[in-house]
Amino acid sequence: MVVSKSDTLEIRSSNDVVLARQAVRKWTAELGFSLVDQTKMITAASELARNAIDYGQGGTMQMELLINGSRKGLRLRFEDHGPGIADIDLALTDGYTTGSGLGMGLSGSKRLVNEFEIDSKVGEGTRVTITRWK
Amino acid sequence: MSQAGKSRLPEILTRFETELLADWLKEQKADIAGKGNSLLRESELRDQCKEFLSLLREAARSDSLSEIQNASWAAVRSFLGDLSRSRGLQGFSPSETASFVFSVKKPIFALLRRELNKEPLTLVEETQSSSELLDKLGLYTTEVYQKAREEVIVRQQQEMLELSTPVVKLWDGILALPMIGTLDSSRTQIVMESLLQRIVETGSAIAIIDITGVPTVDTLTAQHLLKTVTAARLMGAECIISGIRPQIAQTIVHLGVDLGDVATKATLADAFAVALERSGRKVTRVAKRA
Amino acid sequence: MERIPILRMGEFLLVTIQVDMHDRLAMALQDDLTNRIAETGAHGVLIDISTLDMVDSFIGRMISNIAGMSRVLDAETVVVGMQPAVAITLVELGLNLPGVRTALDVDKGMNLLRAAMSRRLKEDDDGCVEE
Repeated sequence: MVVSKSDTLEIRSSNDVVLARQAVRKWTAELGFSLVDQTKMITAASELARNAIDYGQGGTMQMELLINGSRKGLRLRFEDHGPGIADIDLALTDGYTTGSGLGMGLSGSKRLVNEFEIDSKVGEGTRVTITRWK
Repeated sequence: MSQAGKSRLPEILTRFETELLADWLKEQKADIAGKGNSLLRESELRDQCKEFLSLLREAARSDSLSEIQNASWAAVRSFLGDLSRSRGLQGFSPSETASFVFSVKKPIFALLRRELNKEPLTLVEETQSSSELLDKLGLYTTEVYQKAREEVIVRQQQEMLELSTPVVKLWDGILALPMIGTLDSSRTQIVMESLLQRIVETGSAIAIIDITGVPTVDTLTAQHLLKTVTAARLMGAECIISGIRPQIAQTIVHLGVDLGDVATKATLADAFAVALERSGRKVTRVAKRA
Repeated sequence: MERIPILRMGEFLLVTIQVDMHDRLAMALQDDLTNRIAETGAHGVLIDISTLDMVDSFIGRMISNIAGMSRVLDAETVVVGMQPAVAITLVELGLNLPGVRTALDVDKGMNLLRAAMSRRLKEDDDGCVEE
């Protein structure tokens, strides 16, 4: 598998979330994703970027354009050095929220993508990686 | 295993080209008589055989007889590929097509026997390697034939897909989606997306999804149906599902799919009546004019 | 800072959400809207999202909040013009905008609001809903 293009964005403010969405919109359009798939990826990115700000005290979004044989895809990695998540399973259940959210961020995003990975250590931070293939 | 250029086959093919061609044609005439739905003219067959023999000769001269995937055998493969596809279109069966190659074995073995009768060990070796080569080439034509058939099937499936799920306007603000055939996951998704798109385009607040023509429904499809109805509702349109056969009703219950408050009607007609009512309309009989 | 304009459509208010909203803008909208409802005594709010190509849980929450606050101020909220791709994504996300009515376009949205209003007037009159 080859990474043909990559870029990293800072996610510190709510304006950065807007920029992140625009970047994902651009890359998914480039990849020729269907409109529905573009929307799913942009929405997932928006959720995870917000989480990085709301719970992770800010972080980064790394974008990678993947080529695996004849398949093309987009991988996004959200990383923060915030407090981390103590109980990942709990965080992944529908409706769970520690904030004022609707509790759909993590579990919802998982359903919008083809591959979903989450890594978190209390006191160190959280990393969520999502991938969508064309 | 014969090494590159060491086979006696190219030599045989060169020296006895005319004789081989004649014998091979004789073998095939019996095979193709009355087969296929268009007459394969003898001159056409002769040209094909001639070309095959010359390509075979070239390849056998430059490379070993066992690796037909190599570049030096590309011309032979390409020729057989085209032949296989055209025979398929002409209505020949896969084995009839493959026998183009297999039928050249007999004349070649006869020639080998005659020319190498003083060298029994070489004769055996050459017969073996030629046999293996021609077997591989014959099988190759069958593979190409199958692939071409698959491409036709896929294309026909696409066409059927386009034909079988049109979204129709029944009345102002009322759409119908008559689904026909088995619904697989990807097809259902595509169809549902186009229904939602049409709802927005036509501003229709009611959509009737009719599944009278659907023999079975699996969990995934039922879920897609439900998701579509939910999405339509989010957009501000209501869906009615009609034409649920008894078997499908049973499946839905067995699968534990919860239709919730989605309206269901036995027939498209019933659904249409409900749709008219919901959109504030009534159908009345007008007295016939004399 | 730019603010999202709120238009008067007869007895209702219309808000068109077009830009990629950031948080301050969303907060400002909620403030402005509640003020306008109180000012005008409008009984209905239409939120047009036909140019939004994405709705995430933040925007979903904002819409739910607006609906909640409006109801307290005696106004109903209708969201209009949701795009198919957005609807499909929301379903997948599991978001279902509780307490929010929807319609395909502004016209239908206004019909919905009028129907809701006339139902409530009948209720007010004699304490029970007439058919």
